[in-house]
Parts: sequence; structure tokens; C-alpha cells
Amino acid sequence: MTLTVREALASFRRTPLLSALSVTTIAFALFVLGLFGLVALNLREALAAIQERVEIVLYLRRGTPVETATLALGDIESFPEVESAVYVSEDEALARARRELPEFQGVFTDLQANPLPASLEIRLKPAFRSSTHVNAVAERLRGFRFAEDIRFGRDWIEKLDRLRDVAAVVGLAVGAAFALASVIIIGTTIRMGVLHRSREIAIMRLVGATDGFVRRPFLLEGALKGALGGIGAVALNQAAFLTVDRLLFDATFFTLAQIGLIIAFGTMLGLLASAVSVRRHLGRPRS
Amino acid sequence: MIRFANVFRAYPRGSLALKDVTFHVAKGEFAFLTGHSGAGKSTVLRLVYADEFPTAGEVRVSGFHTSTMASGDIPRLRRRLGIVFQDFRLLEDRTAEENVAFALEVTSARRAAIAPKVMRVLTQVGLAAKATAYPPELSGGEQQRVAIARALVNDPLVLLADEPTGNLDERATRGIFQLLRDINAAGTAVLMATHDLDLVRQTSYRVIELQQGTLVYDSGADDGLAERVMP
Repeated sequence: MTLTVREALASFRRTPLLSALSVTTIAFALFVLGLFGLVALNLREALAAIQERVEIVLYLRRGTPVETATLALGDIESFPEVESAVYVSEDEALARARRELPEFQGVFTDLQANPLPASLEIRLKPAFRSSTHVNAVAERLRGFRFAEDIRFGRDWIEKLDRLRDVAAVVGLAVGAAFALASVIIIGTTIRMGVLHRSREIAIMRLVGATDGFVRRPFLLEGALKGALGGIGAVALNQAAFLTVDRLLFDATFFTLAQIGLIIAFGTMLGLLASAVSVRRHLGRPRS
Repeated sequence: MIRFANVFRAYPRGSLALKDVTFHVAKGEFAFLTGHSGAGKSTVLRLVYADEFPTAGEVRVSGFHTSTMASGDIPRLRRRLGIVFQDFRLLEDRTAEENVAFALEVTSARRAAIAPKVMRVLTQVGLAAKATAYPPELSGGEQQRVAIARALVNDPLVLLADEPTGNLDERATRGIFQLLRDINAAGTAVLMATHDLDLVRQTSYRVIELQQGTLVYDSGADDGLAERVMP
């Protein structure tokens, strides 16, 4: 075991309280950031689930032959934005109405003729579910001579778009603020540790240690504290997630890659904070 | 070994800590640096171990020209020096032997060579029996012996001692002083800052006296400065 590793580990033993305090502070700073990440993640999932339902319905003129509609389906499916397109005949439309709207059962039973038109139901690929793309596809669909009407809930999609934009901007701003707060808290915590050992640094330099030699154990110690804080933050987030998931609603937790990212972020912050603190400490200019 | 040539040292507010100080300490020599508090003794030592740098003039230590040397050379210079302070500057959470070994470890010494060297210097300063004691468990004199052992472990060319007996009682003072004399007798130069004139008068070692940053007496100089009567 090299001296760097030994010294870094020994500092946990020599100053257990300060080390525990540093790791806990880092864990809570990253926990708050992680909580925000969880909220953002679940909000994004919820928005994506709503967007799943974005659909364009093209109602066919009465008397449009099935063959024409089927041919058009092939054309529509070749649009780059289109995920799938389905032909719904007049009979199928009526059967579905009977099934999905049981309160109007009586009305549908007394009908002399089927009033519902045949339609093409078009679903778009996830990347093309914004109002701009939906409008563009709808406009192209209007070019079909057999198109009687096209419905896609323009207002609803535009509101969804605005909501997504607002969520993205707010998420970015709040996320950046949380990240900055974490950086400051972690930086201050690590700096406290370095200041606590300023006497040791001074003695190391007096007996001829190079700045690199002085720096290395602190960097390793900072990275270790950051990593432990990151692991602590993931555990706290997991506890918060399980509570919400059991008591309130079905929620989504981070993927393994995202968990790795949180721990790596903690490690990197610990390392950087140590580097800055020790650098400040060592960087006294010649006077 | 140590050469000061017309050294001035000014602080940012303009006060002069040293004014035109010139002297030379030869290899193997023992010299006292005396003067009242604030006379500039510690400044001279800090200039020697490159913790400070001259505002004007030249400081040369063991071949290093401190004003022009690269920052990376400072550790190399300090490895040729042993430094002892009034307040010992030991790491209280490490044993005596760990404090001494620390000075070797930072120089990337071979691990196998560390333990025997540490025991040799602890024996030399008379503390082999207390190698595993922590500084708070030792008396002031014993702590200073650990500090001296740490200073010696890298076989320095010169030992700088800044008021090494300042915190010690008379008996411990005598013991530490004798230890420094023995170290000098073994060939290491010693530059010892002190305001304990009783100690200075006990021996015929060279005396360099500072007053308000000016060198007013040097018993080893061959110019008029040597003529001044000791205070």
C-alpha cells in the first residue's frame, strides 16, 4: 500500500468525527440534488406517458373505397414522422363506440344507419410528438382528397408542449442551482478538512515534501469522501423513493447507470474541492 | 554552506525586517544567532529554508541561490536542512517514531531503510525507549528531542534551530544544548537562534547578533564587526 493511500485512509481514523461530518454533508447535499433528479425523472416519464397518447385521426369521406384507404395507409406509413397508421372501418368505429361508451348503448342500438365515418388513426414516433410536427403531418394529410376532417387536439398538444418547455427550463435552472449549492457545500466541507490539517501540511513542507506529495493524499481523501457521500445519497434517495412508491404513487427510480453517475459526480466533486483547497493552501506566492 | 550577501527583507507594509545583512556560515560550524525579540533572527532562518525570500541581496544555501531557484527546488533544499522550532511542531496524532519516519517517507525513502534509520536517530537523541509514545505523553524536553531526531534523520548538512530551548526548563535546556553540541561535533553545522545569553556565554562558539534587522556583531567576521564587545 503506498504512502498516499495509507495517509488518505489514516486521516479517516485520525479525524473520525470530521470525516463522518464531511461524508454526511456530502451525502445530504447530493441527496437533495438526487431528490430533484427523481422529481425531474418522474415528471419526464409522466409527460412522455401523456405524449404517448398523441394521435392524429383522419376521417374519411363517406363512400371512400377501402382499397383507396388501404393504399393511402402505405403512403402515410412511409412519412418519416409516422410510427403506425391503422384503418378503422365504419363498423369497427361503431363497435368501439358501443364498447367504450356504454352510457349511449340505447342510442347506438336504435340507429337505422351507422353515422360514424371510417378513419385512419395515425401515431407518431416519440421524437415527432410536438405541436410543430403534428401540425406538419396534419397539413400533409389534408392533401388526401378523401380526407373529410382531421382531428388531433391542437390546443391540448400545444399546452403539453408549453408544459414540457416550462418543465425543461425550470428543471435546468433549479437543477443548476441545486448542483451549485452542492458544489459550494462540498467544497466548504472538504476545505474545513484541509484547514484542520494545515499544521500537518506545513510540517510536511518543512521536512522537504514536494507539493505533489502533499497534495496526493488529500486528493484521494476528497475523492473517497465524495464517493462515500454519493453512496450515502443514493441510499437516502432509495429510501425516499420507496416511501413515495409505497404510500403515494408508482414512481420511477434511477437506473444503474444514473446511480453510477451520482457516485461519480460525488467523487469528482470531492476530488475537485480537495484540489482547489490544497492548491489554495499550497499556492502562497513568493513575497 | 550558508551565505548572506547584503540581504534586505521588507514586508508589504514597508517595515524592514533585515537591513543589509552579510555573513557566512561554513560547513561544520556552530553559530549562535542572537538578538532581542523582533531583531530578525527568525527571518534569517526563514530565508535560509526558503520560506521567505530576500527583497534585495543574495541568500545562498548549500549551492542553492534562493531568489532564483525554481519552486520545485525548495523541497530539495529543505531535505539538506534539519529544522527545529521552539514549539516542536510535532504531529500529535502520531507516535515519536512515526513523527520521525514521516520526514523520511516524504522524501520517498526506501521503506526497508526507514525503521532502522528512525531507531538510530531516536537512540542518538536518547529516546529509543519512548519510540511508541505520542507527543502529549512526553515532556517538553522529550518532544524537542523527537523534533531534533526528525531534523537529523535525513542526515542534514546544517541544523537550523529557532529558539529550541525557549519552552524548556533549565535542565531540559542543558540537555538539548548538549545534544546540539554533540550533533555539531559529529560534523553537522548548527545555526541556532536564541536570546538566552547564558547559554551563549557557556561556549566559545561564534555569535552573530542582530538588532532591529541590522547585523551589529559577528564574532566570526574578520572586519570591524568582530571588535564590538558582547552585550
